[in-house]
Amino acid sequence: MLGLNKKDTSLLIVVALLTLFAPFILNPFPEGSAMAQFNAGYPDLMQRFVIFGIFAIGFNILFGLTGYLSFGHAAFLGVGSYSAVWMFKLLSYNVIPAIALSVVVAGLFSLLIGFVSLRRSGIYFSILTLAFAQMSFALAYSVLSNPKFNLTNGETGLQVYADDPQILQGANSPDLPHLFGLPMRATYTMDVGAWSFDFNAGYYLCAVIMMVVFYLAIRIFRSPFGMMLRAVKSNQQRMNYTGLNSKPYTLAAFVISGMYAGLAGGLMAAMDPLAGAERMQWTASGEVVLMTILGGTGTLIGPVLGAGFIKYFENIFSKINDNVLHSWFAFLPDGMEDAVVFLIHPFIGKGWHLTLGILFMLVVIYLPGGLVEGGQRLLKRLKRKKTDADDAPSGKTEPAE
Amino acid sequence: MTNKNVTRRGVLKSGAVAGSGLALPTIFTASSAAAFTNEPTGSSVTLGFNVPQTGPYAEEGNDELLAQQLAVEHLNGEGDGGCLNTFSSKALKGNGILGKKVEFVTGDTQTKSDAARASAKSMIEKDGAVMINGGSSSGVAVAVQGLCQEAGVIFMAGLTHANDTTGKDKKANGFRHFFNAYMSGAALAPVLAAEMGKERRAYHLTADYNWGWTQEESIVASTEALGWETVNTVKTPLASTDFSSYIAPVLNSGADVLVLNHYGGNMVNSLTNAIQFGLLDKVANGKDFKIVVPLYSELMAAGAGENIKGVLGSMNWNWQLQDEGTKAFVKSFGEKYGKPPSNSAQTCYAQVLLYADAVERAGTFNPCGVVEALEDFEFDGLGNGPTWYRGADHQCFKDVLVVRGNENPTNAYDTLEIVEITPRAQVEYDPEHPMFAGGELGKCNPGA
Repeated sequence: MLGLNKKDTSLLIVVALLTLFAPFILNPFPEGSAMAQFNAGYPDLMQRFVIFGIFAIGFNILFGLTGYLSFGHAAFLGVGSYSAVWMFKLLSYNVIPAIALSVVVAGLFSLLIGFVSLRRSGIYFSILTLAFAQMSFALAYSVLSNPKFNLTNGETGLQVYADDPQILQGANSPDLPHLFGLPMRATYTMDVGAWSFDFNAGYYLCAVIMMVVFYLAIRIFRSPFGMMLRAVKSNQQRMNYTGLNSKPYTLAAFVISGMYAGLAGGLMAAMDPLAGAERMQWTASGEVVLMTILGGTGTLIGPVLGAGFIKYFENIFSKINDNVLHSWFAFLPDGMEDAVVFLIHPFIGKGWHLTLGILFMLVVIYLPGGLVEGGQRLLKRLKRKKTDADDAPSGKTEPAE
Repeated sequence: MTNKNVTRRGVLKSGAVAGSGLALPTIFTASSAAAFTNEPTGSSVTLGFNVPQTGPYAEEGNDELLAQQLAVEHLNGEGDGGCLNTFSSKALKGNGILGKKVEFVTGDTQTKSDAARASAKSMIEKDGAVMINGGSSSGVAVAVQGLCQEAGVIFMAGLTHANDTTGKDKKANGFRHFFNAYMSGAALAPVLAAEMGKERRAYHLTADYNWGWTQEESIVASTEALGWETVNTVKTPLASTDFSSYIAPVLNSGADVLVLNHYGGNMVNSLTNAIQFGLLDKVANGKDFKIVVPLYSELMAAGAGENIKGVLGSMNWNWQLQDEGTKAFVKSFGEKYGKPPSNSAQTCYAQVLLYADAVERAGTFNPCGVVEALEDFEFDGLGNGPTWYRGADHQCFKDVLVVRGNENPTNAYDTLEIVEITPRAQVEYDPEHPMFAGGELGKCNPGA
């Protein structure tokens, strides 16, 4: 279907079903129960899952295929967000022009940075992109936000004010980001018994866009162009000796992944019309690297899984505090309860970074292929149990995706 | 590698998927029945405490969290009641808010606007919080305030000192109890004139972001009104940790006062550098060289150690005040946690009580009712004496403290001594003052 082979089609369908039914899947526990703490099916987090999924898919096109490790991808995310908010300020709250401009501006910006950075490879490339990103962060944080020429509004973050021009804003259109009148904030809550599921307009817009760009990524992975990029990763020197200029390919990959990042930034602003400079900081760039590695570099679905994993930790684990722990372990005798809470305390709440770090280490050490490899091993083990009697495993290495 | 066959079945299938995707948004048109966002229907009500638990202001954030937990205890009638006994409004009875037990959820702002908004959103969307309280940065306060306005919940700001929070970024659903840069300038100027004379030449080092600029603007305006001259204002990048290269030129500039518009780690480092350069031992223009830090906090003072001795600055509140409200709060905080509270902790504590009291007086959790109850509310007994929540910009007006680094501290907590309590009338300003103009409060938004 859609020019994909059978395996990719089924992958696409699985991803489509997962995103479509995410409100159900992410809210498995009844509201009000002790486990409701682990529910992730509220609009903001679901939006974040798919937006960072898009970001990581784009990053993976560069890192997974060409092996060029960019440490400055957050700059494109930030540029996308700023362009989107400027569209809100100047035109109207309709998200379409905002998202379109964010992709275009991020594309141009990545063309510029890519052109310079791609003159080097390996660690030098990483450092160059990091330097550019930190430069953009400093520009956005203070230089471009002075009272005379205020492009980014600095620390406070760019937002829409009542006295902005908004020349295309209709009299009746909602006063917050909307898609032809449908507010991104609109949420329909379905109550089924003790459960409650949120269906959010913004989430579904992001989900549909993610499906499209995921499909695009599959096509890129399977195209001759994708094959070229893989060749760059395996041996660029040999490619050059055969008389092939690899620069246009890497630059194209860089710009494409920059546009993905810009799209993610534009969507972020569309869901929540504020663009802050922290989005461009190196920690944000590092985060997308973590997502990709955690999920599985060079695989199609890996980055999306990694993005979901990290955002889940950031938003769910950081909110578990001692009170919650005490309520969980209330059944234990007093001394025991305090001891258990004391033991768990460093890993929850503000310690979520620690938990994430430990998990990241475990994944990198025991599952170098990321979560995707974990899934594959699990599947293989299940299969082996079933077909044990039939025949021995083929022993052939299968490509990761 | 690719397969371009278009089959009838394939077209039908993709058409069906696209069709259902397009039809999906129509399910959102159903409107909900609640009168306002997160109307509490059960026997409890949830408040959201959004403070920095990681990052540069984590210490301030954790202190705020302790104070907020204490406030919840007092509201639910546990503990010694704290300021409920001294608060001039007697609407709160220690049985929760409107008879509903108070519960709370916490989040980590990381002192980043994005992260702060994400955690505030999760508290509103997932946990059903009706009010968001806390924070330790003006950027975060402005960002979260905007979010609360859009979502239709009340925002009670924590530590935020920039003029913009209740100036050009003010919002109807947001309230600030903390003082601001303008008030710092207005309170400090007379003390500076009395201590250092009216013919001084000031050199400003300013953290290069929004808060730094508004503070520099405020201090320059109020000191120049005294007759001081501003020699130079230099912006320093926020991420700097070594300020030597910025301090050296001060010596040759002809200035005799250094104003450090820095906060947190920045201030600790720049002050330490200035002391290392021996600025305080210098004599310029025939006068002793002086250093001023307009915004002080207990935690910064502890960080700067010996270096703050004799350095002047301003504060919103200090645990050494002697009014009834302060004494009650310091007593219950000290008994529970074994240390005196910081001024950001006091602000967050007062904000929770103020919110609860406003709900009680309004008789509803509806944000519009709460806004009405808080606007132009006069109260006393929460510290700092008689206080007024001005309706025009949702800024609190109360006495401002001018403090000095203690020359002979007797323990770890009295690093600062109170020089003067500047009366409220002296720090008041017109809501349309140029430093605050440009914003619009808008209408209260109950959401739903």
